[in-house]
Amino acid sequence: MEVGRVKRVAGPVVQAVGLKASMYDLVLVGEEGLMSEVIGISGDKHIIQVYEDTSGIKPGEPVKETGGPLVAQLGPGILTQIYDGVQRPLPLLAERSGDFISRGLFVDGVDHKKKWEFQPLVKKGDTVKPGQPIGVVQEQLLIKHKIMVPPKHKGGVVKEIYSGNFTVEETVCVLEDGSQLTMLQKWPVRQARPVVRKLPPTIPLRTGQRVIDGFFPLAKGGTAAIPGGFGTGKTVMQQTLSKWSDVDIVIYVGCGERGNEMADLLHEFPELVDPRTNRPLLERSIVYANTSNMPVAAREASIYTGMTTAEYYRDMGYDVLMTADSTSRWAEAMRELASRLEEMPGEEGYPAYLAARLADFYERAGRAEILAGGEGSVAVVGAVSPPGGDFTEPVTQNTLRIVKVFWALDSRLTQRRHFPSINWLDSYSLYEKDLESWYAENVAADWNQLKRRAMAILQENAELEEIVMLVGSDALPEDQQLTLEVARMIINFWLAQSAFHPVDTFCPYKKQYDLMKAILTYRDYAFDALHRGVAVDQIKSVPSKDALAKLRMVEDYEPELKKVMDQMKAEFEALK
Amino acid sequence: MTKEYKTITEISGPLVFVEKTEPVGYGELVEIRTASGEVKRGQVLDTSDEIVVVQVFEGTGGLSKDSSVRFTGDVIKMPLSPSIIGRVLSGSGRPRDGGPPIVPEVEREIIGAAINPASREKPRAFIQTGISTIDGTNTLVRGQKLPIFSGAGLPHNDVALQIARQAKVVGEAEQFAVVFCAMGITNEEAQHFMADFERTGALERAVIFLNLADDPAVERLLTPKLGLTTAEYLAFDLDMHVLVIYTDMTNYCESLRQMGAAREEVPGRRGYPGYMYTDLATNYERAGIIKGKKGSITQFPILTMPGDDITHPIPDLSGYITEGQLIVSRELHRKGIYPPIDIRPSLSRLMNSGIGAGHTREDHRAVSDQLYAYYAEGCDLRGLAAIVGKEALSERDKLILEFADQFERRFVNQGRDEDRSIIETLTIGWELLSMLPETMLTRIDDKYIKKYHPKYAGTAKKE
Ligand SMILES: Nc1ncnc2c1ncn2[C@@H]1O[C@H](COP(=O)(O)OP(=O)(O)O)[C@@H](O)[C@H]1O
Ligand SMILES: [Mg+2]
Repeated sequence: MEVGRVKRVAGPVVQAVGLKASMYDLVLVGEEGLMSEVIGISGDKHIIQVYEDTSGIKPGEPVKETGGPLVAQLGPGILTQIYDGVQRPLPLLAERSGDFISRGLFVDGVDHKKKWEFQPLVKKGDTVKPGQPIGVVQEQLLIKHKIMVPPKHKGGVVKEIYSGNFTVEETVCVLEDGSQLTMLQKWPVRQARPVVRKLPPTIPLRTGQRVIDGFFPLAKGGTAAIPGGFGTGKTVMQQTLSKWSDVDIVIYVGCGERGNEMADLLHEFPELVDPRTNRPLLERSIVYANTSNMPVAAREASIYTGMTTAEYYRDMGYDVLMTADSTSRWAEAMRELASRLEEMPGEEGYPAYLAARLADFYERAGRAEILAGGEGSVAVVGAVSPPGGDFTEPVTQNTLRIVKVFWALDSRLTQRRHFPSINWLDSYSLYEKDLESWYAENVAADWNQLKRRAMAILQENAELEEIVMLVGSDALPEDQQLTLEVARMIINFWLAQSAFHPVDTFCPYKKQYDLMKAILTYRDYAFDALHRGVAVDQIKSVPSKDALAKLRMVEDYEPELKKVMDQMKAEFEALK
Repeated sequence: MTKEYKTITEISGPLVFVEKTEPVGYGELVEIRTASGEVKRGQVLDTSDEIVVVQVFEGTGGLSKDSSVRFTGDVIKMPLSPSIIGRVLSGSGRPRDGGPPIVPEVEREIIGAAINPASREKPRAFIQTGISTIDGTNTLVRGQKLPIFSGAGLPHNDVALQIARQAKVVGEAEQFAVVFCAMGITNEEAQHFMADFERTGALERAVIFLNLADDPAVERLLTPKLGLTTAEYLAFDLDMHVLVIYTDMTNYCESLRQMGAAREEVPGRRGYPGYMYTDLATNYERAGIIKGKKGSITQFPILTMPGDDITHPIPDLSGYITEGQLIVSRELHRKGIYPPIDIRPSLSRLMNSGIGAGHTREDHRAVSDQLYAYYAEGCDLRGLAAIVGKEALSERDKLILEFADQFERRFVNQGRDEDRSIIETLTIGWELLSMLPETMLTRIDDKYIKKYHPKYAGTAKKE
């Protein structure tokens, strides 16, 4: 392999000469051998982004080739880990270099010394295909890690298969052609792992968030973007989704965001339990933390490293959720690096390939028939941080062209502390139609109708509010005043949901349905009473109405709800 | 010994281009000696076989092609020892108080390495500032970075000083040490800070870095880095709890823009460099707590929003990095309300981990949310009332309107030396909420209403 030399250093970008490396090959820069990647080749020069701080690097220092691209290490032990953007375990970095990250450290993404109990799934003489599990390791109490024939391996007939305790480097299976399989795979992070074919998204990904599950649902294997100015609730939403979504594996990528947020996550995940399994959330999670002050090239890579691990678990047949906070920081990393290459910038200084990169990334999501047979999925939720909260900027616009769900965060709602601040008129989900039959079968036959009624009320409310802004609410006809009141109930009692309330943070489907049904029942009683000639003020002040407000905070709400609804019925019957 | 070069080919604004050097490291500290013997310091921004680009911090005035350039082979470091406490230094770290140079016990690189996210301790110690709009509705915790976004002519400095005077962790005797970094502020403003530090004795626990309006603009790029390196030393070597106040971040960003322009970089939004987010983050992220260490760094950056525009890149990028923001409002200031903090766009992202049972009081979150909801609604209704007249409003709306007025007068408004305990703040909150019928308190659990609502005072058992 060639050894070149540094020609120029300007920030995280280095130019070198004397190399033969290909695009995206990993190279080691300088005496310390800093991990770096080739991002451009021009004439005899290689342009290299360095994943670490370049202070002190001088022209003339060596650049060594490694002969391949940046890969993720995949094998048992990656769950519960916290990595930087190039998959170095942060706790190990802390052991080596203390509380501040120093550079030039190499740490494997997977522990090469630890032994795992390998249980074979195939026997001597079996033919195995690419992607097929040959054995299994109990990685966590409830999560089995399938050991698969690597996707690019051609497979073959099993000559030897072992069982017992092995490290990830030891051979667990030998094929007739002599190839030896271990529990470790290495996969180039910028390349999608193959599947047989993509499947339509017809199963909802339950999040326990009323506004999402009810109005703008995500599907298993779906893609969603959550754009919003600072402080509108992107991070809290991503963390909430990571906690309560009904998926098997969660990949949380903190891309260019805050260190304290990561500390918060690492503090909470071991303590909170997955409502499906009652096991600590950490057991199903992998965290990538490349905070805003960590090297920008590693930030750029973190999205791909995260996606590669997500696909790997999908290939085992799991449903995976990957959240990326924030994809704008990733795009900015691209911009920062591109500008050092002196590339012709596109819109707002972003490189011309921004749209293509975004599309390639979201394209790796999906529900799929996997090589092993059966299915798995990777859903992606990307936060977008538009400058000035203005959604017309390039990252938001290019993202919206690709993703199927748009949760539009609205700072006017944030200022009222209405959370989640998802604007119910601007947001959309293109999965809604595909999921209706699932809801009708699994939640309630009339759930889809109820939601449509509620949305119609919210839309009418928006129109009425404009009139109110001109004339005041008392000038409206009585039926419209009632509509405003019902809309207010939907907004405050149902759409609003506190991520920090121990009960309200997660709302099961049944409760979502029951609470909405209760509000719309009030509406029916109310209009009925109005037609009987009861005064609006009386209708608005039935005490049971406000009792509905607090049911979302009650865990065992059903007996209470029944009481409130019986009371409501009686109260309305008593209204003359 | 390192060689001296007399091969400057070009001087352009703050940049000096040097030719025919031996290999020079990226980021190296450079010393340039003028004909009069003065030494200016700079840093390598771009290095190649042919040419080295140096950014000079202390201004290029007095430099010529004959000036001699020495590359030190080392990056910029801050000399540190316990005796730095109480000192006043320039924006590039030289003594400004007539005292001797700092005799270092250690020297630290000023471009701090990132704190390993896995080594961070979750911040959650409630800091009582005695200011209701902070403690009650935008609670600060130790290890947080909470900037003040303000506008020209508003009393942000008074707010920052009041915080510095009153900040304490209830139940702990130890006072905060202060690192104060001035970047491009006027001499008068600087004196205002210094006088207050002196009056309250804070100076004895402070390290001051002053880059004033007439000091070199590029030096400002160093000032927060020096201050934060010092803060890390105080916090993580000397176990102190440190408050870092730096003002004005807007001047810092202007210097960044100026540097970018000098280097003929492709500019990002409104002419600011595309890497401004990352650059700001390398300052702001140097706040926090490290597992197993006693000290902490809490940051209060102050910035004035150009044209009071919160979408301007400086406040915008800051808000994306910091853990919330306190907004000083011109409208409240005009109404004579002090501190004129508008809680609606303000936010403390770490509030949640510092409040509630065991920190402040169990009802804190609910009270805060409810106050926000009706204050915001009240502010919206003011617009409506201006159009249709108060009389046309419903009874409910009139109540909320009155609530918003009272909220500003009683909760937001307080004395410059008034140090309210968190319990006093919550009590005012409940008094305000009791203006509204109980059924309107939809965000508060009934059990808290029974326990803390003034109507039930004396009837329920208190803790
Ligand atoms: N669902 C929610 N429930 C309660 N509070 C929320 C919710 N979402 C956001 N918040 C509040 O808003 C603040 C900012 O949210 P965050 O997700 O950090 O914003 P962003 O990532 O968009 O900047 C949080 O600190 C919290 O106080
Ligand atoms: Mg965020």
